[in-house]
Amino acid sequence: MSVDLQPSGRAHDIRRRGNNLGERAFIALSVVAIAVPLLILGGLVVNTLGDAIGRLDWDFITSYPSRRASAAGILPALIGSLWLIGLTAVIALPLGVGAALWLEEYGGKSRLAGFIEVNIANLAGVPSIIYGLLGLGLFVRFLGLGRSVLAGALTLSLLVMPIVIIATREALRTVPGHLREAAAALGATRWQVIRQVILPMSLPGIMTGAILSISRAIGETAPLIVVGALTYVTFLPAGPGDPFTALPIQIYNWVSRPQEAFLVNAAAGIMVLLVTMLVLNSVAVLLRNRLQRRTRR
Amino acid sequence: MAGDITLPEPLGRPDAGGSARPRRGGRSATPFGEHVIEWVLKACGLVSILTTLGILAVLLTEAVGFFREVSLADFFGDTEWTPLFAEKHFGIWPLIAGTFLTTAIATAVAVPFGLLAAIYLSEFAPGRARRILKPALEVLAGVPTIVYGYFALVVVTPMLQGIFPGLAGFNALSAGLVMGVMIIPMVSSLSEDALHAVPMSLREASWGLGGARLTTIFTVVLPAAMSGIVASIILAVSRAIGETMIVAIAAGQQPRLTLDPTVPVGTMTSYIVQVSMGDTPTGTIEYRTIFAVGVTLFALTLIMNVLSRRFVKRFRYGGG
Repeated sequence: MSVDLQPSGRAHDIRRRGNNLGERAFIALSVVAIAVPLLILGGLVVNTLGDAIGRLDWDFITSYPSRRASAAGILPALIGSLWLIGLTAVIALPLGVGAALWLEEYGGKSRLAGFIEVNIANLAGVPSIIYGLLGLGLFVRFLGLGRSVLAGALTLSLLVMPIVIIATREALRTVPGHLREAAAALGATRWQVIRQVILPMSLPGIMTGAILSISRAIGETAPLIVVGALTYVTFLPAGPGDPFTALPIQIYNWVSRPQEAFLVNAAAGIMVLLVTMLVLNSVAVLLRNRLQRRTRR
Repeated sequence: MAGDITLPEPLGRPDAGGSARPRRGGRSATPFGEHVIEWVLKACGLVSILTTLGILAVLLTEAVGFFREVSLADFFGDTEWTPLFAEKHFGIWPLIAGTFLTTAIATAVAVPFGLLAAIYLSEFAPGRARRILKPALEVLAGVPTIVYGYFALVVVTPMLQGIFPGLAGFNALSAGLVMGVMIIPMVSSLSEDALHAVPMSLREASWGLGGARLTTIFTVVLPAAMSGIVASIILAVSRAIGETMIVAIAAGQQPRLTLDPTVPVGTMTSYIVQVSMGDTPTGTIEYRTIFAVGVTLFALTLIMNVLSRRFVKRFRYGGG
């Protein structure tokens, strides 16, 4: 990493003052403090890739789990994860976008809106495993959904809803107020303004939030363990009521086994998970950049 | 809030009639459908409140069942946690000790790294470096925790065993260190925001009085941003308390009352995972323990989050 030791950030006008040894040392230390964690993460990922490379092939993706590590694959986990994020997207996105629309466009400064806002901030800080307990008590037991894909997806939906809401609100705020006024002046009703002006304008931002929430849902492990995802599944879920496993659960199962060979499987599973998330996040970044370019005009 | 750009309604609405609530104007411009839509959207907002109520209801019902069989005196008085053994003890302290230990190690890593990063990004970094480094640091918090757990167990622990030969295969040290790396962005991001919010005039005043840049940072900027920095640290601690997979994988799932980082420990979160992975029948005391632990965990993190927001408010409205 090339390091620009010339301090410039906030204070270019006084660039020459006090540029002494102590300051240079401090800057060098700070740069190290940023670089070291990033290098550690990079090193760990490369290390894992090294462990995984021998197992990363098409068979690994299309095989069922097995007692023989070398024959085991992630097919049921992958399909389970697809079911989960599909259902989560269908449940959490409309709810989250709806809530954000109400808060931004209808709720205003009402007491209820303020209360919901504080509540969402609190929910965003609740540990994910607590959502697992909620899912276990509410969806699995009380509503009788059992340890099904649907129960898992509902749990993940509640977990990612704050992310969707917060991202959507930010996106809605980027729509300039005068556009709302112009549409209203032309006689559009509130909903017409929202549907025809606000939603199209804020769509890239909403999509960014949607993708980020999905990418969060893909990596979540703890709540699914509590809700009761299975660890050894030799069939594919055929509907939302079926038992399931998911990619992180399968990885956890392999990590908890003492045999070295299963750790290699875990490494390969991790690479599949990371690549999936990398793709999702890259799309989110591209969308965000597009949004920024457009609103800057 | 600066971002608030709600529509100033009365504009061009003939039905406004000088009323403060033009929405209720009974013209056909707001037909029945408009109200239905508003109610549907409001219902979406209410789901978040229902979620909170659901969490409280589930945790409390099962926890009440638990405390009917185990007294609070045992829960807070006993020093052993062995609900899964033949001889059962229900003292929460071993789990709290494990949680405290891993959290303390993680915080000890995240605070210095996060603060140095925040100071550099806010006070020294050229714009270009800042635009690249800030999101790069945030990647650290985006990696799934199951991946960090694997790192801690498979890479970090063997490396540490090279340095400390007495280190057990499962230990609080490795889990805590890796968790610390994960929560660095929680400290750095919010602290950077707080530092950035310190008015330039304060720095200029200090420079004008002859303060060098480092002196200014440590005697003027940092104190002015202190409430935001404290908020970020509390948030990071809260995240570490609730973190599950890293400790479940690498710290050992063995509740014991110790502050020794080299031996296996169990945290509140890893205990919930441990019970969930086994086949514990519903309605048994073992099953209920996870909700009793869950309530404790929920209360702890909630207090942290509320505290943290208090501090954030302070730096937003008038600094320090």
